[in-house]
Amino acid sequence: MRSSWHRDDAAPPPPLAGEGWGEGVSASDSPREERALSRIASCDAMRPPPQAGEVKTARGQMSRILATPLLVTLILAAAPAHAFIAYVSNEKSNTVTVIDTDSWTVTKTIKVGQRPRGIDFTRDAKFVMVAVGDDDTIQMIDAKTQSVVDSLPSGPDPELFAQDAAGKILYVANENDNTVTVIDLEKRVRLGDIQVGVEPEGMTISPDGKTLINTSETTNMAHFIDTASRQIVANVLVDARPRFAEFKHDSSEVWVSSEIGGTVSIIDPRKHEVIGKVTFEIPGLRKEAIQPVGIGMTKDDKTAFVALGPANRIAVVDVASRKVTKYLLVGQRVWHMAFTPDEKYLLTTNGVSNDVSVIDVAAQKVIKTIQVGELPWGIAIAP
Amino acid sequence: MIRWLAGLIGFGLAATSALAAEPALIGVGYLGVAAPRSTLSLIAQPAENDGVAGARLAIDDNNTTGKFLGQRFALEERRVKEGEDPVQAATALAEKNGFIITDLPADALLKVSDALRDRGTLLFNAGAIDERLREADCRANVIHTAPTRAMLADALGQYLVWKKWSRWLLVVGSHDEDKLFADALRRAAARFGAKIVQEKTFEDKGGARRTDSGVTLIQRQMPVFTQGAPAYDVLVAADESEVFGGYLPYRTWDPRPVAGSAGLVPRSWDASQDQWGAIQMQNRFVKLNSRRMTALDMQAWTAVRMIGEATSRTNSGDVTKVTDFIKGPDFSVAAFKGTRLTLRDWNLQLRQPILLVDGRMVVSVSPQEGFLHQVSELDTLGYDRPESKCKLK
Repeated sequence: MRSSWHRDDAAPPPPLAGEGWGEGVSASDSPREERALSRIASCDAMRPPPQAGEVKTARGQMSRILATPLLVTLILAAAPAHAFIAYVSNEKSNTVTVIDTDSWTVTKTIKVGQRPRGIDFTRDAKFVMVAVGDDDTIQMIDAKTQSVVDSLPSGPDPELFAQDAAGKILYVANENDNTVTVIDLEKRVRLGDIQVGVEPEGMTISPDGKTLINTSETTNMAHFIDTASRQIVANVLVDARPRFAEFKHDSSEVWVSSEIGGTVSIIDPRKHEVIGKVTFEIPGLRKEAIQPVGIGMTKDDKTAFVALGPANRIAVVDVASRKVTKYLLVGQRVWHMAFTPDEKYLLTTNGVSNDVSVIDVAAQKVIKTIQVGELPWGIAIAP
Repeated sequence: MIRWLAGLIGFGLAATSALAAEPALIGVGYLGVAAPRSTLSLIAQPAENDGVAGARLAIDDNNTTGKFLGQRFALEERRVKEGEDPVQAATALAEKNGFIITDLPADALLKVSDALRDRGTLLFNAGAIDERLREADCRANVIHTAPTRAMLADALGQYLVWKKWSRWLLVVGSHDEDKLFADALRRAAARFGAKIVQEKTFEDKGGARRTDSGVTLIQRQMPVFTQGAPAYDVLVAADESEVFGGYLPYRTWDPRPVAGSAGLVPRSWDASQDQWGAIQMQNRFVKLNSRRMTALDMQAWTAVRMIGEATSRTNSGDVTKVTDFIKGPDFSVAAFKGTRLTLRDWNLQLRQPILLVDGRMVVSVSPQEGFLHQVSELDTLGYDRPESKCKLK
C-alpha cells in the first residue's frame, strides 16, 4: 500500500479505506457515491456551496484526514469548498477512476475498453468521452449512472480529441492511420477524415472554433486545419514528438509541447510561425528526462503549467515572459492535467506511480496524492 | 539558440510556401549483402528483406512529412553477393543517391567509405557492430545507427549487476566475432564490478544447424559441457556465429539463467517493444511488410528517419547541408526508445538505449538506473569520449 500523501509531507497518515488499486473501490461505497451522483445531477444548477463544517460531519471517514493539520488549515482557509468530479483514464487497468474533489477520494472505478487515454466531457456535461485506442473507438460514459452507455465511430487507435464550441463536432486523432476523423456528436456518425502527418496526437480547437490544431508525433508538425473546409492551411515545424497543443484563452498563441525535443513551442496562430520557446532546466536532472506533454493554462492566460513526464515535475511558466518560475514535484511520469472549474486546484495524472497529484493553484504547491488505477493517463473534470 | 530559433521561424514560413512547388527528390540508397545467415532457431532466421524493410517504412514516414514540405524520398536497393565488389555497387548507388544505408561487414564498409569519400556521399552503417569502425578505423563520412558490441555488452552487464548476478560463467565460440563479443563482455564485467568465474570455449566443429534428431544429442551434450563450473549466477554466452548459444537455456548442468547471445539478449530493437508510442510504428511495419520488425530493420529505419529529420529541419535535400546538420549540436531524432537519440560527435555513433529481450518480451532497457554519467547516461554504454581512439577524417 502506497502512501496517499505527497512525499514532501512530514508524516504520512494511515491509508484510507478503499485506497490502492482502483478496483478496490466499488459501486457499493454507497453514501459517498450518492453524494457524488447528486453533485453530477446538479452540476449545471446553482447550488450553495457546502461549508467546511458540513464536509467534516458528513463523512466519518473524513475525520482521520482532518486530524492532519495541513488539510484542516487548507479546508478552513478555502471558505466555499466546491466539490467537483474528476474522471481519470487508466491506460493499463482499462478503467476510469472517479474522484470526488471535495474529499479527494476515489468514489467509483468504471470498467471501459482497451487502453483508455484521451478523456473529456461533452459540452452539455452529460457524458464523459474516453478514447479506448486498442478497441478503435471512443466510449461514452453517462455522467449520471457513471457507466459506459455508447460508443463513437472514431477510426483506428484514437488517442486525443477536440470538440467544437457547440459540442456538435468531434475531431479525433487516429495514431495508426495518419488521419483526423470528424464525427457528428449528435448523430454519432463519422463525417469524414483529414489526412495529416505520421502519428497524429495533440488536438485543440481555437476559441472561435475556426481552426483545429493537430500535432503529428513523427512528422514533428502542428497542422492548422480550417474547420469549415476541413483542409490543412498551414504546417508548422516544431521540436521532436509534439504531443499536446493548447490555445491561450485570448487566441493569441498556441502552445505545443515536444516530448523528445524537450521544449514547448509557442506559435502565432495567424502568422503560423514559432514566435518563442519555453525551455526547461532542472538542476541535477539529465536533459533527456525532461519530456513535456500536457499543458494547462489559467483562464487569465497568466500562468501555464507544463507536465514534464519522467522528470516527475510540473513546470509553472509565466506566460508573458515564457520563463519557468517554479518546478513542482509530483508523481512519476506525469502526463496530463485538468483544473477544477473554480481553478483552485490542478490535478495531474502520474503514469508510473499510478496516482493523481493535487496542486493548489494559488499557492503553487502539491497538497495531496490520490491513488488511482494502473498507468493513469488522461483527466477531465465535470464543468 | 537565437540562431536556431531564427532558423525555425524562417522555416515555418518556408514550409508553408513550399507546398505548391515541385517536390524536391531526395535519393536514399540501400546496400546490403545477399548471403542470408543461418540461425539455430528457425524462427530467428532473418527475412530476405531484413533491414531494407525498415528503410522502406522510414521512406514512407518521411514522405508523409515530405508532402507538407515539398520533399519526396525514394529508395534504391542493391545487394552484393559473396566475392562481388561492394565498391562498384556503392558507386552505382551514389550516382543518384546522396545518402546510402549500408549493411556490410566492416572491411567492405571501409572500402566503400574510402571510395566515396570525395563524392560527399553520406553513409549510414546500419549493420556492422564492430568497435573498430568507431575507433581506430572511424570515418568522417560514416554515421553508425547500429550499436557496438561494447554498447550491447555494457547494456547487459549493467542489468546483470543490477540484478546482483555478478558471478558470470563465460562461454565463448571459436569464431573471430564471438571472441570480439567476449572481449566486450569481459570489459563490461570489469567496468561494472562483475566477476567472470570461469571461461570456456565452445569449439565449432562444423555440422548442420538443421537435423532430424538434434534435440536428443544436444540434451546430452550441453549439461556435460557446463558441468563442474565454479559457483556462478549466470551463464553468459558469446556466440554471434549461432553455433551453440541457443542450445544452452534449460540445459545447463546447474540451474542457471543464460544471457548474451541466447536467453536474455541485448538488442537495439525487438518485435515485442511496444513502449513509448512504438506500437504505432510496429503496426505500420507489419502492415507494410507482413512480418515483425527486427533490430536491423530498426537500425535502417532510424538512419532514414535521421535523413528525414535533417531535411525537414534544414528544409533542404542538399547533402552537405543535411550532413552538417546531422553532425551539428542541434541534431536529435526520436526513435520510440523513450529518449531523444543524438550522435557522439567524436565518432558519429548514435547514442541509444539498448533493450534486453528474451525472444517474447522486453525484460529491461539499459542504461539501468543508478549508472550515472556527467554528459548523457547513454554514454555509460560503450566506449566514452576519453577512451576513444577515433580521429575523424
